[in-house]
Amino acid sequence: MNPTMTKKLLLTLLAWGIALIVFFPIFWMILTGFKTEGEAVATPPSLFFEPTLAGYHTVMARADYLKFALNSIVISFGSTLLALIVAIPAAYSMAFLPTKRTQGTLLWMLSTKMLPPVGVLMPVYLLFRDMGLLDSQLGLTIVYMLMNLPIVVWMLYTFFKDIPKDILEAGRMDGAGTVQEVLYLLLPLTLPGIASTGLLSVILSWNEAFWSLNLTTSDAAPLTAFIASFSSPEGLFWAKLSAASTLAIAPILIFGWMTQKQMVRGLTFGAVK
Amino acid sequence: MIRPHFPTRFLQWGTPMRERTSGRTVGGFRNLFLQGPAVTLLLLWMLVPLGMTLWFSFQRYNLINPMISGFAGWDNYTYLLTDPALWTAMGNTLLLVGWVLAISVIGGTLLAVLFQQEFFGRGIARLLVIAPFFVMPTVGALVWKNMLMHPVNGVFAWLSNLLGLPVIDWFSSMPLTSIIIIVSWQWMPFALLILLTAIQSLDDDQVEAARMDGAGPLAIFWFITLPHLKRAISVVIMIEMIFLLTIFAEIFVTTSGGPGLASTNLAYFIYIRALLDFDVGGASAGGVIAIILANIVAIFLIRTVAKNLET
Repeated sequence: MNPTMTKKLLLTLLAWGIALIVFFPIFWMILTGFKTEGEAVATPPSLFFEPTLAGYHTVMARADYLKFALNSIVISFGSTLLALIVAIPAAYSMAFLPTKRTQGTLLWMLSTKMLPPVGVLMPVYLLFRDMGLLDSQLGLTIVYMLMNLPIVVWMLYTFFKDIPKDILEAGRMDGAGTVQEVLYLLLPLTLPGIASTGLLSVILSWNEAFWSLNLTTSDAAPLTAFIASFSSPEGLFWAKLSAASTLAIAPILIFGWMTQKQMVRGLTFGAVK
Repeated sequence: MIRPHFPTRFLQWGTPMRERTSGRTVGGFRNLFLQGPAVTLLLLWMLVPLGMTLWFSFQRYNLINPMISGFAGWDNYTYLLTDPALWTAMGNTLLLVGWVLAISVIGGTLLAVLFQQEFFGRGIARLLVIAPFFVMPTVGALVWKNMLMHPVNGVFAWLSNLLGLPVIDWFSSMPLTSIIIIVSWQWMPFALLILLTAIQSLDDDQVEAARMDGAGPLAIFWFITLPHLKRAISVVIMIEMIFLLTIFAEIFVTTSGGPGLASTNLAYFIYIRALLDFDVGGASAGGVIAIILANIVAIFLIRTVAKNLET
């Protein structure tokens, strides 16, 4: 065997060893979801067992599981849709009609993201209580939309900036107005970018746990809060917890894997591409 | 508003008269109209709660005792700043942020170099190693707490027994360390994801030239790779800091800040004041402190990003 081959094999062993260790908690959770409650707590841990869907059946049979899942879907997709509707025009004007103030506006938007949620917990809680938004899908949707708006604007801005101005100007020469220009030229051209922006916003909303734990109790509680309820004595049902957790993270893990490349831009505000 | 490139646009737009007579205001109005909703929403989202937090922090205000009311002056702050619990929470916050940053940034950099090399199944191995970042914090923390760190049925306890080592009751004997491990597991993949992207823009020719000049792998890492990653690393540090300063869910589902105050950070401390003690004034004063801390970090982050905008 030549030395480069040996090196490659050693690298493969090392990298895969680390990857498997890092992934182990997730793997173990998925595996435990297919065990019976008895096997889930068995010592020594059983690696080979007869898989059962009992955990999944119990979770799905709980009438409220679907309610939590539905809340997560409505809130994260709703907030993303709202954020995109507000952000697309803003990012469009920043990318194609830049002024001296554009950079300042962008940085200011980024700065709103620096306000720690715990710093404004009290006012938001009290405002929501007075407006009847506590424990409502609408309330959490609004918070997540505002939470993600700066990232969405930034990400769209970096994608829009990559589109040559000539293309839009050619459209304009053909008599396209701003609305047509955005709908028929810009959106189709940047669809992959918009999709990954949307997915990032969905991921962040789906996984957000500070506001969901503090602003909801039961009616509008999303999956983060549902999983957190297992931290009480009910957490003893590990197979059930694992099944519920697997269901809760599976879609997001897939979204994350799909968009990881473009996501780096959004997460670093364009500083790393 | 002044619009750059005005002359070329004016020539290409095909509506010269309108542009010429009211060019500045048309552009201004258009931008105002397009950016207005986003700017207004964010302005409200920032100013209203911020103003209220500041206001409450100078008030006597308790949610379950309406008898407590009126202007408090600096009382909430003096009460808070003389409370040893605040300083314990601050210390824990710094330990948590510092350790997680060190582990995730150093680990992330080394892993980025490793996962940049050619090896079999690289694509899949990369997907596996970044996965924890996408896992809901409540799920990640509970999996670690119940299935790995549990002193009786956990995988770690089983491994310790197998190797003849003493079994550790993670959350009662070293609660903060346990949380640091869990949070690092979530954030190291983030650092890796960013740094792996940054490392891909490293110039291969430069590395090749250094190798021809007799530079070993360590010298290449230290003198070429690391300087190339400098900006990406600083961005990772600042973004992580902002999130890590207010870690909440991981503590909420594992230790609830205990035992005692052993794993209470600033965010959890304010949460206890606010929603368990119903002390709006005190919680708001704590909130102001958290905001000030975050802003110190934010100033540096915004500067770095701004530098990038210009280039």
